Amino acid sequence: FARIEAKASRFSTDEKPNSFEEISNYNNFYEFGLDKGDPAQNAGALTVDPWSVEIGGLVERPGSYPLDDILKGVTLEERIYRLRCVEGWSMVVPWIGFELRTLLERAGVQPGARFVAFETLVRPEEMPGVRSRILDWPYREGLRIDEAMHPLTILATGLYGEEMPKQNGAPIRLVVPWKYGFKSIKSIVRISLVEKMPATSWNVQNAREYGFYSNVNPAVDHPRWSQASERRIGSGFFAPRIETQLFNGYGDQVAQLYAGQDLSVDF
Amino acid sequence: MIAQRINGALRPVPTGLVYAAGLLPLGLLVWQAATGGLGVDPVKGIEHRLGELALQFLVGGLVISPLRWWTGINLIRFRRAVGLLAFFYVCLHLAVWLALDLQFRWAEIGADIAKRPYITLGMLAFAAMIPLALTSNNGAIRRMGAAAWTRLHKLTYAVALLGALHFLLLVKAWPLEPILYMAGVVALLSMRLWRTLRRRA
Repeated sequence: FARIEAKASRFSTDEKPNSFEEISNYNNFYEFGLDKGDPAQNAGALTVDPWSVEIGGLVERPGSYPLDDILKGVTLEERIYRLRCVEGWSMVVPWIGFELRTLLERAGVQPGARFVAFETLVRPEEMPGVRSRILDWPYREGLRIDEAMHPLTILATGLYGEEMPKQNGAPIRLVVPWKYGFKSIKSIVRISLVEKMPATSWNVQNAREYGFYSNVNPAVDHPRWSQASERRIGSGFFAPRIETQLFNGYGDQVAQLYAGQDLSVDF
Repeated sequence: MIAQRINGALRPVPTGLVYAAGLLPLGLLVWQAATGGLGVDPVKGIEHRLGELALQFLVGGLVISPLRWWTGINLIRFRRAVGLLAFFYVCLHLAVWLALDLQFRWAEIGADIAKRPYITLGMLAFAAMIPLALTSNNGAIRRMGAAAWTRLHKLTYAVALLGALHFLLLVKAWPLEPILYMAGVVALLSMRLWRTLRRRA
């Protein structure tokens, strides 16, 4: 891996990041299997170069954007963010990336665009997990336009000063730190600006359990898991659970996005 | 006959050996936990493995009767050990959930038991196993009488179903492993039902 230069960011937490080992060996990426060790095990075959992202829908300059080209126009920053999984565990990850909004502005967002839809690569010969119909592939996610334009929302291309490990969503993935981890879609091949709220994979699979917004919220229970507290991965057998914070602790920056919304309805 | 040869070979085997063998997976688990062999999230690893072992012993206990009916291989003598091992692993599974996972946060534990169907079912299965474990000795059979004892121990069927359902409901989406356990339990219980109905006819 080539070392990536990245500027420090005021948005970084000063909490201690998880080790590279932990981050790259424990995650969900169902395209490579259901076990949290499976992505590390099976993602090796993924071809990430060449890579391009198809940007379309309500944009001024639709088209296929090669990754090199995307990276030319941006300043990479290190963003050390908390990551909270809907399953009740959490980590701290030193991502390297750039604000999504810079790419969207480059493509030119038309006034009618109200949501952004994302899709993950589907390549069965390199992704053994997509042969089973666990989810309706491709994996799809979405954000409201104000969420997408928020400075905390980044497209990440690396972590720990190196290129993104394949199992973590190489070569380019979304990171939205105030939402449950599954919103941060990996290995993105398509970004569409759209007028209507797009379908998202987990919501389609089980609408009662996974809402479109999926903001981290200890007061809104997942039907199968309490979201009141979380276990920080890597902190040892007897480390105390952590109280989960509203918006994963990013409320100061993002709470105003949801002013007037009932978060137990728009969960 | 192969079955008779197997039965003959098993006759000198003490049941203590089954208990000892049944504790080997626990030994392995402790060793893995001590040497960092359980990966990035050892608490979840231990919790799931213990639950899985409990389910495996439950299913194992259900195999013993059909095995005798269809093949003549007789493992009835070892069934108590298999059942008590299942209970033992259920207790450890529950203890790890309470102590290491939820860390005695009773408000969350209470809410989980009341609100999450898979935890409610798991607790029901645990509760139903207590009378079974307590009566898994010769004195209890004598006191209760064989008929009443047998009737009580039919509760095992419900426990196995609850256990498999507990696993099936806790996972996201529909992975294969819990479906296989459920299919196994349903198949083993269907064999019993089929045999009972056929005998009545």
